Order: sequence, then C-alpha cells, then structure tokens
Amino acid sequence: MFKYMRQSNEIEQIFTTINTSAISISIKNVDVRYNNVAVIEGVNLDVPAGQVTALVGPSGCGKSSLLTCINRMTDTVAHCQVSGEILVGSDNILHTKTDLGILRRKVGMVFQQPNPFPLSIFENIRFPLKEHGMRDEKSISEIVETVLTQVGLWDEVKDRLKTNALQLSGGQQQRLCIARCLALKPEVILFDEPCSALDPVSSTTVEKLIKGLTPDYTVLMVTHNLAQARRIADHVAVCWMQSGAGCIIESGDTESIFERSIHPITQAFCKGDQG
Amino acid sequence: MLNNYRPDLNSFLIWLVAILVAVLPIMMLWEIARDGLPHLTLSFLLDEPSNAGRSGGIFPMLVSTFWILGVCLLAVIPIGLGCALYLSECIQAENPIARWVGLSLDVLSGVPSIVFGLFGYAIFALHLGLGFSIVSGGLSLACMVLPLFIRTTEHALRSSPPAYRQAAEALNLSFLGFVARILIPSASRGIAVALIISIGRALAETAVLIFTAGYVTRMPSSLSDSGRALSVHIYDLSMNVSGGQNNAAATALVLVIFIILINIFAHRMSRRWQT
Repeated sequence: MFKYMRQSNEIEQIFTTINTSAISISIKNVDVRYNNVAVIEGVNLDVPAGQVTALVGPSGCGKSSLLTCINRMTDTVAHCQVSGEILVGSDNILHTKTDLGILRRKVGMVFQQPNPFPLSIFENIRFPLKEHGMRDEKSISEIVETVLTQVGLWDEVKDRLKTNALQLSGGQQQRLCIARCLALKPEVILFDEPCSALDPVSSTTVEKLIKGLTPDYTVLMVTHNLAQARRIADHVAVCWMQSGAGCIIESGDTESIFERSIHPITQAFCKGDQG
Repeated sequence: MLNNYRPDLNSFLIWLVAILVAVLPIMMLWEIARDGLPHLTLSFLLDEPSNAGRSGGIFPMLVSTFWILGVCLLAVIPIGLGCALYLSECIQAENPIARWVGLSLDVLSGVPSIVFGLFGYAIFALHLGLGFSIVSGGLSLACMVLPLFIRTTEHALRSSPPAYRQAAEALNLSFLGFVARILIPSASRGIAVALIISIGRALAETAVLIFTAGYVTRMPSSLSDSGRALSVHIYDLSMNVSGGQNNAAATALVLVIFIILINIFAHRMSRRWQT
C-alpha cells in the first residue's frame, strides 16, 4: 500500500513539474526490415535537443518507419525487425530490456490523421493520465487546462469540455492530440506529417504550435511539405531511396540544406526538380 | 445488349424485390397478430396453462424462458467477448491458433441445432448429471449461440478504427484500459447487434431445449428444475395439441414483442454507451 502511495506521489511529481529536460536523439546505423526486406538501411542521424528537426523526402523512402522506430511503435508491426542503435538521451531504446511504458511517456507521438478517442475533450487527456498512475483529480484538471492552453485550445473549448472530441474540427482535433501528448510530459515529440490532413488555416496554427514547443521539447517531424520544413525546422534531414532501401543522404541546419546543399539529389529535391 | 436495356423494367423489378422483403415481416406479424391478438390478455401472461395448453396462460413458460436465456447469456457474454477480443486484438490473423479457432467457429455455426441438443443432453444432462434442467438448456443453447456471437463481435471489434489502437499504443495505455474505455464502447453498436442476433437465435430455438431443458409445463422451482421455453410451447401447441393454434399464435406474438423490445433496448444502450 505504502509502496503504491509513494509511486503515486512520484508519478504526480513527474506530471506536475515543468519539463526542462529536452534530450537529444542519436540514430546509429539503423536498418528496418519488413519480412526480411530492408526498407531502411544504414541510417545515421543526430537530432539535437530542444530543436525542430524535419525528415523530408519522397513517399515510400521510409521516413515514417524511421520515426516509429524511436518510440518502438515498430514492435506492433508483424514481421518488422529493427537493428542498430537509437540513443534517446543516453539509453539505447532498441535494447530488448527497454521499458516501453517509460519510453513512450518520454517520447510522445502525433499522427498524420488526428486520432482523439471517442471520449469527451476532458477525458481524452484525463484517461491517459489516469492510465499512467495519476490519481489526484485536482492535479489532472490543472494539467488539462495547462496543456489545452499550451496548444491554444482552452479558450475555444473551456465551456464544453464534456463534448465528444470527435465533434471538434480537424485542426482542433489535431491540437487536442498534441495536448494529450504534452500531458504525459514527454521529452521528445515525434510528428508524422501532422498537417497533411488539415486545411491551410489549421496547418498554420499547428505549425506555429510545433515551432513554439522548442526549446522545451525535442521535435522530430516527418513532412512532405518542403516549405513547411523550411518555415519551422531548425534542422533538415533528406531521406531518399538508394538501392531499394531508404537512407538519409544529407542532413544539416535548414539554411545550409536549402541554400548550400552538397548532394546533387538534395539540390534537385530542394529546388523541386526531383521527388 | 445495351439496346435491350430497359430502365423502367429494371427499376420495377428492383422495387418489387425491395417491397417483397419489406412486406414479408409485415405479413408474418399480421398472420400471428390476427390469430393471437384476441387471446393475448393479461391473464394469458400471468396464468398457468390448462388442458395441455389449449386454455390458460403461459406464465411458467415465460419464467422458464427468462431463466434459460439468463443462463445462456451468462455463459455466452464473458466467453464470447473474451474469445472475440483474443481473435481481434491478441493474435495475428495468420497465426495457426487463430486459423484453427476461426475454422472451428465456422464449422460449429453450420452444425444443425439438433446436434447441439444431443451434445447438451450427453454432456450436461447425463455426463455432468444436470438432468433435464434450465441449466442444461441454457448451457446447451450457449454452445449453439457462441460461434455466432463470437464471429459477429469479432467483426464489430475489428471495425473499430485502427487509429484508436495506434493512439493507445503511442500513449502506452494498458490493454484492459484500452479495451474497456475505448474499444468496447466504440464497437458497442456491433456488439449489441451480436447480442440481439444471439438472443433472437436462442429464443427461437426448440430442438436444443427439448433434449435438455425438458418440456413440462409447470413452474420451475429452481435452475436445476426442468422448464418449457416459449418456443417449445409454440412447437408443442401447433404440432401435438389439436385446438392449440390460437394459444400458439398468442405465444408467438409474445415472443415477437419480446424480441422487438430487446432490439429497442439494445439500440438505446449502445447509443448511450457511445456518447
């Protein structure tokens, strides 16, 4: 009983303290295979802490697969094998003994299609917090207000927190999903084409929101939209298909990739001649 | 061919088929109501039968039916829901166990009900020593209804949006938490349909119950007592008792009204669950 209470207090401390520890990610020589067919081969990438890094490249070059390796969502895909080393902070998360609960609290993810649960707006944030051991309803309410304010949704929904989240617009749903992710106090947030299902106005709102997450969070974002990457990313990594598998052909800070890239494919891709 | 295309004739045929389908239940209801409605009084519902069922009421049969259905559902809902969850959430479709379970269910749902009756008689009545009883009847009915309930529930669970599973994985929600709060409520309409179909099948069943629950017309004093279900009563009155047709129609009307009420109740419950 006491052990449980102590754990519960520790959990509440984690959720109620302000996150100040964005951590870096280091991807070293990572291969991803589905049914023994390589879709990503020999990928190396450093994602700096507290900044936005964009993964760009044509469809099918393994950007999303690479992203899902970082919170081990690849474990849920049948016949998917990941090898190499992915350091989130100092831990190699590909290690078999990695605690997925801790990893996925540390590394949040937002998907292409907004995916709020068919619960009320309030419950969408309360339910994951309760699942992660939070019991104090007052603290939960405070976190709900904080994260909804952080994503700019509080003023829009504060009078209808009991409304089903599926009744929100697409952009609002996506911001709710970001709020749900922030509620668990992640250190890294993965975005898988977060604006591609949204209208231009909602896209702009979400883009500003992502940009505003730095320097408190490390952001790694997959996008097809080069202009978007240029607007909000501090760093860009270009994915490409080479000999049947995806790899990263060039990475660096945004300006150098768009203005002074070395690789001819990157030059053509950034100019819009290829991809 | 195209020259022979006659839209008027085609649409007439399609309308005809549609109207026939819609008219069929109305004709059945009309037939039952015409013969049964004059005999459907409160005393018919609350009296014991007399003169082999030609006169008197159906109260013991109503009680027996509810008990048999209760036992059946108590067995079907937990086992069926558990099996459907296992098939839809815990195991890959190509897994040999899943295939074997699936094949068994498909074979079982094609087995004639008389075989379940004989099986129930051999296992529950004789081997387990339950005799001709409501428990034997309810459990035998459960064996017959389970494949249908499992398959329909499995389809309902599978049709729940994969985005919910994805979000639950990324937030590292517990399996039980996800199933209880997200999956089952989101599939509740389909599960309610599975339950209604199963109840309908169970209430309509005669062959299974003659062998297991018995067909004495007296009021059952306990679950280990034998009892006559409404469907067995209808069968007996219309086949074995001359002059019992009117009471058979009135009993059938009670059964139909009961099924319609269950439909309405299940529909309302699933709607409340989803909001």
